[in-house]
Amino acid sequence: MNDILTREEIIAPENIVYERTCLLTDCALSYCPGCGHGTAHRLIMETIEEMNIQSETIGVAPVGCSVLAYEFMDIDMQQAAHGRAPAVATGIKRLYPNKFVFTYQGDGDLAAIGTGETLHTCNRGENIAIFFVNNGIYGMTGGQMAPTTLPGMKTATSPFGRDTASMGYPLKITELVAQLPGTFYVTRQSVHTPANVRKTKKAIEKAFEYQKLNRGLCFVEIVSNCNSGWKMTPQESNDWMEANMFPTYPLGDIKLPKL
Amino acid sequence: MTEEIIIAGFGGQGVLSMGKILAYSGMMQDKEVSWFPSYGPEMRGGTANVTVIISDERISSPILNKFDTAIILNQQSMDKFESSVKPGGLLIYDPNGIVHHPTRTDINIYTIDAADEAAKLGLAKIFNMFVLGAFLKIKPLIDDEYVHKGLEKSLPLRRHNLIPENEKAIAKGKELVTERFVLN
Amino acid sequence: MKEIRLMKGNEAIAEGVIRAGCDGYFGYPITPQSEVLEYLMATATEQRTGMVTLQAESEIASIHMVYGGAAAGKRVMTSSSSPGISLMQEGISFMAGTELPCLLLNVVRGGPGLGTIQPSQSDYFQSVKGGGHGDYKMIVLAPASVQEMYDFAKLGFELAFKHRIQVMVLSDGAIGQMMEKVELDDAVPRWSDEEIVKLHPWATTGKTPDRERNIITSLDLNPVKQEIINQNLQKKFRHIEETEVRFEEFMCDDAEYLFVAYGSSARVCQKAVAIGREKGIKVGLLRPITLFPFPSKELARLAKQVKGMQAIEMSAGQMVEDVRLAVNGAVPVEHYGRLGGIIPAPDEVLHVLEQNFIHS
Repeated sequence: MNDILTREEIIAPENIVYERTCLLTDCALSYCPGCGHGTAHRLIMETIEEMNIQSETIGVAPVGCSVLAYEFMDIDMQQAAHGRAPAVATGIKRLYPNKFVFTYQGDGDLAAIGTGETLHTCNRGENIAIFFVNNGIYGMTGGQMAPTTLPGMKTATSPFGRDTASMGYPLKITELVAQLPGTFYVTRQSVHTPANVRKTKKAIEKAFEYQKLNRGLCFVEIVSNCNSGWKMTPQESNDWMEANMFPTYPLGDIKLPKL
Repeated sequence: MTEEIIIAGFGGQGVLSMGKILAYSGMMQDKEVSWFPSYGPEMRGGTANVTVIISDERISSPILNKFDTAIILNQQSMDKFESSVKPGGLLIYDPNGIVHHPTRTDINIYTIDAADEAAKLGLAKIFNMFVLGAFLKIKPLIDDEYVHKGLEKSLPLRRHNLIPENEKAIAKGKELVTERFVLN
Repeated sequence: MKEIRLMKGNEAIAEGVIRAGCDGYFGYPITPQSEVLEYLMATATEQRTGMVTLQAESEIASIHMVYGGAAAGKRVMTSSSSPGISLMQEGISFMAGTELPCLLLNVVRGGPGLGTIQPSQSDYFQSVKGGGHGDYKMIVLAPASVQEMYDFAKLGFELAFKHRIQVMVLSDGAIGQMMEKVELDDAVPRWSDEEIVKLHPWATTGKTPDRERNIITSLDLNPVKQEIINQNLQKKFRHIEETEVRFEEFMCDDAEYLFVAYGSSARVCQKAVAIGREKGIKVGLLRPITLFPFPSKELARLAKQVKGMQAIEMSAGQMVEDVRLAVNGAVPVEHYGRLGGIIPAPDEVLHVLEQNFIHS
């Protein structure tokens, strides 16, 4: 007799090997199937659950696809104006230095309209975490060009491809903030394979652990796909991301803590 | 009693600080006071002026265009404010650098050789206190003990060693003030 | 006996917020109000008072830091002058949409654009009619003395938390820069984190097992729900109009003519009333202290008594529109204003009133 479990056996508590974190709400995710946001949300919430810091954590949602992040994360959250999440987080953290504060932002929010807030918050070394999901496009507004859009990449506002002569170059803001003395840990990860998901989880855990130690700002970029905006299937978009995004946005740690 | 005063001169002559000491002294004597400065680029080397009001009653407008007393420390201010003294009012000025002296005959006019005398005594930095003395001699609105308290309040603690010097300058100003034109 | 100091308006409000239990100030330097940040940096150091003072990289960042702190239940504020307040409109609108309490100070300078650093009252519309996007109001307090700059710190925070609303202290360069006698009172202690949890159950202080998570957001894409949110906001503004009107009357009992002026213009008019009375003119002054809510009912009442109203503003005629709405044609209402940073003189405004109503 082979070991195939019945449905009842599978859901029996003693057989459960993996559970969705209780800090994700029952609200159905609003993200497109295949999008990386859901995984990124889960990893952050798992970390908060594992560290048992739900009651001490305040999150800040951006404007963009993840504007409704607070619908899915079962923690106290504030929704910030477009690009201002790092300033909002600064206000919270300065007044509650013992709480955990993070922002969750996309590339348009963090690297275009909010560049000033991003750089100065990093430069002040605020003891917060910034989780930055970079998919090279404005997803929510319908696929317009982002500061991180690759050269030649077609979007709704660069229909013939991003022409660097007139539209500028991809902004590698993660490398930029790594230069600032205020950042403590800067890394770039992805969530498109199980191995990468595990690495990203580690990075998120470190960001919260370092925050606990008041070490300065931790900045975790997650390069992600946008199959809708890129007009591809999820699998195609992941392949395209590996082939095209990663050469410009190479994965790995950019600034490692000096402990 | 309400005394409405304009003090005007170059930035750096201590116009604003003289006004501040006057206002503080009045406050210490339980008067209502206001101090309204010209501010901005004027403070940086150009002309500076401050309106000080000392009153027994609640002060209405801190901003005025007619004054009981004008204390004038340069020609531009003389040109601007001579006409702003109320009839029967008082104009005190330091003739140092003044080419066109006041000509009005419906106000009391006094001079104080503050800049020259202060320089002679090595007190050039607090020449404004000579001028304050001259004013307080003509209009003894505030008793010496409250002027002392006003100095204590307006000077930072580390400058309190300079209070006797300031008081000496005020006393000297009282001696030196001179009638130029006085109404009968 | 109360402590008495001679202070600039900008210093007085800074001392006022320290003593009103302010938790955090976030601001950016701009003339003529930089003394607020300077005073707090020198006086309200975190070591001495526990208050947080932070110089932000811009007015935009400042107001969003205020948003973050306010959404977490703290007493927070910022201050600026006209061009900086324009930059803050985004954040103010977001705070209106999320009903966050905060204290804002505008030490108004002349505009438009970079304009001048001299005093002006040309930001009345921006403050009272809603400077940012959407249908909202702030409570707007107009101090006319250095003492009121001090007093309105505490009053402002009280009103802000009472109604979960933004309170704007609309001052100007004259009130900010001049010195007057100020009576100081004892400091109100800051709320502890435990008190904030109890007093402000809506605040994002960290989700505990005993309650649902708190979310501060102005977003609702459902038009039906969004309309209800807006209707509730309007209800609150109407309630404030009924309960929070503040004004001061000076020699109005037998007045035949009325000055209407706020802030430093009101001080000028008070002197003009005194000069007018000496000349035998029965003139009075109504000084709105709250610009929103505006003392419309009192003006309507006075319209039955006086022959004419003379609005005096350092603007091209902004508050006068609210006076005319209140009076609704019952008596003539004239406007006189100086622009570009010029403050009118008492005899100048009296002359205008005489020309408009007595010698005409």
